Amino acid sequence: MKAPLLQVTELVKHFPVRGGVLNSVRGHVHAVNGVSFDVAQGQTLGVVGESGCGKSTLGKLIMRLIEPTTGSIRLDGAEITGLDHRALLPLRRRVQMIFQDPYSSLNPRLTVRQTIRQAVRLHRVVPRDQEDAYALGLLEKVGLRPDAADKYPHEFSGGQRQRIGIARALSVRPDLIIADEPVSALDVSIQAQVLNLLMDLKRDLGLTMIFISHDLKVVEHFCDRVLVMYLGRVVEARPCQELLAAAAHPYTKALLGANPIDDPDQRRPLTVLQGDVPSPYHLPTGCAFAGRCPIVQDHCKQAPPPLEVKADGRPVACYRVV
Amino acid sequence: MRPTNAPSQADDRPAAAAGPGPVLRVRNLSVCFRTDRGVVTAVEDASFDVRASETLGIVGESGCGKTVTSKAIMRLLPERTSFLKPGSSIALAGRSGGPDLDLARAPESVLRGVRGARIAMVFQEPMTSLNPVFTVGWQIEEALKYHTTLDARARRARVVEMLRLVEIPNPERRAGEYPHQLSGGMRQRVMIAIALCCEPEVLIADEPTTALDVTIQAQILALMDNLRRRLSTAIVLITHNLGVVAQVCDRVMVMYAGRVVETGSVGDIFHRPHHPYTAALLHSIPKAGARRHAQRLPVIPGIVPSLTDLPPGCRFSDRCASRRDACGAGEPDLTDAPTPSDSPGVARAVRCFFPIHHAAPPAAGNAHTSPPRADP
Repeated sequence: MKAPLLQVTELVKHFPVRGGVLNSVRGHVHAVNGVSFDVAQGQTLGVVGESGCGKSTLGKLIMRLIEPTTGSIRLDGAEITGLDHRALLPLRRRVQMIFQDPYSSLNPRLTVRQTIRQAVRLHRVVPRDQEDAYALGLLEKVGLRPDAADKYPHEFSGGQRQRIGIARALSVRPDLIIADEPVSALDVSIQAQVLNLLMDLKRDLGLTMIFISHDLKVVEHFCDRVLVMYLGRVVEARPCQELLAAAAHPYTKALLGANPIDDPDQRRPLTVLQGDVPSPYHLPTGCAFAGRCPIVQDHCKQAPPPLEVKADGRPVACYRVV
Repeated sequence: MRPTNAPSQADDRPAAAAGPGPVLRVRNLSVCFRTDRGVVTAVEDASFDVRASETLGIVGESGCGKTVTSKAIMRLLPERTSFLKPGSSIALAGRSGGPDLDLARAPESVLRGVRGARIAMVFQEPMTSLNPVFTVGWQIEEALKYHTTLDARARRARVVEMLRLVEIPNPERRAGEYPHQLSGGMRQRVMIAIALCCEPEVLIADEPTTALDVTIQAQILALMDNLRRRLSTAIVLITHNLGVVAQVCDRVMVMYAGRVVETGSVGDIFHRPHHPYTAALLHSIPKAGARRHAQRLPVIPGIVPSLTDLPPGCRFSDRCASRRDACGAGEPDLTDAPTPSDSPGVARAVRCFFPIHHAAPPAAGNAHTSPPRADP
C-alpha cells in the first residue's frame, strides 16, 4: 500500500500563558493533546468539533504557521516539523489554506490578479509571460468572470471572495488543501454554490483536503472520513457514511442529537448536554468529556481514555464503548 | 389564557379557531432608510400576527429585511436615518382587554415603558450586547428597576431567580460576575434572563443561537421553548437556520429582498413550499441522514440583489428557475396560496405568479405536521 500523503503522529500544542510581575509562564492552554491520523492521496478528511476543541490549531500546525510542542507531521514521508524558514518555502507551495472569513483573508489593496500572481511568481509556478493567462484560467475555474481580475476584494460579495480565496489556494498547485470553515460565513444559498465548486475541483484535480467545520451536515456531505475532536483530542474517527448510523462516542452522539433536523415531522427533543466545555487551561484529569457525559462512570475520571480500535473496527476514545 | 379576540380588521386572515388572539399584529410595515443614493425601502408592506405561546419563525438570507423588521417592531432603528412609512401599524394587544397600543405611532416615552417590559429582544451577539463594565446581576436588575416597583432586596432575589431559571449554575455568585467571565452560551442565557425578567408578552429573538456551538444552541432552544410554555410568551424567532425553524417554530414567514414571499405553518413551508425561493432554499442545504456524497447540491444561482438595484418585476425573478416573461413585468402580490394550510386558521400566502403546485395536504385540518409539543 502506498504511504499516506499526510501522517500526523502524537501532535501536541500547548500555548504558554504568561502573567505576573516577571511575566513568567503561569500555565498552558492545552489546544491539541496528542492527535494522530493519516490522510491518503485524494481523500477528504473532515475535522469536526465545537469552538475551542483545537480543530483550527490543528490546521495551523499542519500549515506550519505555528510550531508544535511535540509530535511529528510527515508529508509524503518527510518530516516537516522543525524546518527552518528557508526549508519551509517549498512546503508553503505544497500545503495551502482556505480561510473562514472571506473579508479579512484577502489583501484589500491588491487586485485579484495581483493576489494570485504574487504566489505564482514566488513559487515560479509558470513562466512570467504566462502568469496572466494562468491567473485568468484559475478565475474561470472557480466561476469568476475575467473582468474580476482587475477588481479589488471590496467589490465582491462574500461568496465571490471565497472563490478568490480558493483560486489563490489552487494557484500554486498544492498537494494538500486545508479548508478551515470555508462556508460558515456564507448564506445558505451561497454555501451550496461554494460547496459545489469545491466538490468539482476535488474531482477534477484529485485534491487532497482537510475540511475543518462545526457543521456535521456539511462534513457528512463533503468528506470521506471524519475526525471528531473534543478539547484537543480525537474522540472518534470513522467514514462519513457511518457517522449517523454507527457513531459510538457519547460526544459524537450528542453532537448529532443536538443538530436540528430540517424536517418538522421529525421533531424530537434536541440532546441537551449539561454544562460547558471545560477550559483548556485546566484540563480535567480523566476523560475531558466526563463532566458532560450522560454515561459517565467513576473510572472515567481517573485517566483520559486512549483512542483505541473497538469491536466494529473504528477507533473511539471511550471506556464505555466496547 | 387570553380570551379569543375577534379579528378587528377586514383584511385580517382568520385567527386560530380555538386559540388566543394575536398579541402582536403587524400591518403594512414598511421601513425606509435615507441613504446617499436616495431612500431605500428595506422592508416593504409586511403584515403578520403572533399569538401567545406561539413561535413565529422569520426566515431569509442576509439583506432580506428580517433584522430590520425586528428592530422596527422594537422601534430601535435610528430616527435620523430611518422612518416607517405612513400606514405601518404595529399593534400590541392591550392587557386584560384594554385598547391596543400602536407602537408605530407611540411616542418615545411610551416606548420606553414597553421595551423590556412588554416586548423584549435577544440579539445575535451575546458578546457585544452586554455591557462589559457592569456585572450581569446589575444588568438584569436595571430592567427591574425601570419597569417594576420591587424594592432592592426583592430585585436581587428576582435576579438570582432569573439566573436559576435560565439554568446558570451558582446564580448567587454569577450575578456578581462580569460578562467576560462567562462563556458564550452563558452570556446568551443572561441575555434571555434580562429579556424575560419582566415577563414580556412578546420575545423577539434575532439569530439567538447563530454565534453558538450546536450543543449550546440546543440548550438555548430548549430553554426558550420551556420558558415559552411556562410564561405563554409569544416568540418571534429570526434565523437563517432552517433546521432550527423545523424544530421549534409553529408558523413561518419567508422573506426575500425586503418582501414577505411566503407564509404558512411549519409543515406547509417544509413539505409544500409554493414559492420557488422557499423550495430552492430548502433544497440547497445538505440533508443529514440521506447521504448524497459526491453529488452536487441544487443551488440558487446568483446573489441576493442589492435593495438599490432590484430586478424589475418579481425580486426573485433573476435567480428563479421557473421564471417566465410575466415575472419581469410586474411584482406579484402576496395572495392566498393554491393549497390551504394543513393547520386550521393559519394564513397560507405566497407572492408568486406561478406558485409550485402540490396536492392538498394529506390530512387537511389535522395539523399533523405541527404536533403539540410534549410537555416536560
